[in-house]
Amino acid sequence: MTERLYIGTHKGLFELARHNGVWDIVDLQFLGDPVSAVLAVTDGIVYAALDLGHFGAKLWRRNRAGNWRELPVPTFPAKPEDAGDDPHPWSLGKIWALEPGGVPGRVWAGTMPGGLFRSADGGESWSLNEALWHMPERRQWLGVAGGEQPGINSVLIDPCNPSDIRIGVSCAGLWASTDTGATWQIINHGMYNEYMPPERREDPIVQDIHLLSRCAARPEIVWCQHHNGVFRSENAGANWHELTAIRPSKFGFAVAAHPRDPDTAWFVPAIKDERRVPVDGKVVVARTRDGGRSFEVLKNGLPQRHAYDLVWRHALAVDETGELLAFGSTSGGLWISENGGDSWTMPEARLPPIAAVRFAPVLH
Amino acid sequence: MPTVLFTSALQRFLPVPSAQVTGATIAEVLAAVFASEPRLRGYVLDDQGGLRRHVAVYVNGRPISDRARLTDAVAQDDEIYVFQALSGG
Repeated sequence: MTERLYIGTHKGLFELARHNGVWDIVDLQFLGDPVSAVLAVTDGIVYAALDLGHFGAKLWRRNRAGNWRELPVPTFPAKPEDAGDDPHPWSLGKIWALEPGGVPGRVWAGTMPGGLFRSADGGESWSLNEALWHMPERRQWLGVAGGEQPGINSVLIDPCNPSDIRIGVSCAGLWASTDTGATWQIINHGMYNEYMPPERREDPIVQDIHLLSRCAARPEIVWCQHHNGVFRSENAGANWHELTAIRPSKFGFAVAAHPRDPDTAWFVPAIKDERRVPVDGKVVVARTRDGGRSFEVLKNGLPQRHAYDLVWRHALAVDETGELLAFGSTSGGLWISENGGDSWTMPEARLPPIAAVRFAPVLH
Repeated sequence: MPTVLFTSALQRFLPVPSAQVTGATIAEVLAAVFASEPRLRGYVLDDQGGLRRHVAVYVNGRPISDRARLTDAVAQDDEIYVFQALSGG
């Protein structure tokens, strides 16, 4: 089966395939429309979330035959009278994370303004996770980039136990459920948030998690790119230790865990946070293969002079083997590695700004 | 009957021909249009049934005043225009 790569950009969804060792664009959908999330599942089924701005968030799905169809989007219930002081809107802002649920037909959607939704029928209908949405603590969640909308940026499903869920929230820490979302607890300890007042810095609920990534083969291993650095947990997100060896900087958005090796992960560092560009104008990937004790700076094939590409949180992906990686940038740069990041190539394309990169699963 | 016209920007996403529909308020007029094209509702209204922040509705050249509940009255020969302010690149 051919490897497929999906690139969600500010101006459409690009599909790439490898032919004779060369990656090339083979399809383009939604030209002109911002894609906020993409999910490729087995049998060629692809979900694409659009963020149309004026006309709201939309969701499309491609079926096995290759035909796209618009699906209903997750919607929030009528806002009750006694929720007048809720600082967050009760209306879908953006679909930010799409993840398979580990059972046939189940899909999770993490959204702005912080609602988690579940579909049991491949996106044909959605239900809001009421337990999370009605938690009093949700009203403490901070909006993304100072805005009014918090966002669920990560949804991690335990591959061995689909009822075990971790979500990462911008900006509200890591929440866990072990009963398919019936109850939730905030569990993250060991992170710190430098920009908060000193007495709140270590409070779990103010942690600015940019993205979480979980080792599929060892789901207790979770990596985090946080606003203030990179962290690793060996107990599924409950306790964290900072990986201070990260180079060339500790700020960034993206992280990808190796699917099989619990000691390997990739990050794309940048200058924090007022500038948000690569250090010294050089695009690099930081890789650890020893659980974060040390990092290699990978740059073979990446631009090393006057490059100002920022890589958003969902724009770095690794396939099921851990050998094939891709990442895309705000400048439309797209780089692919077939050797775990040792070297990178750029397809022949100048793409729009990239928000999401995703490999389709391939049955081996 | 009031006439409803939609911006051409919406035509990219779904068919929205101008229509003559019955209704005494903006809410009733739009509901009549949505009945024939249910997908359109989510393009014009938010989850609480108010106008999307960046969608405008004018009646005879003037913006409606109640964007949340859409209670503005509509007369038989009114022309209702649904559009957006294009911005960005």
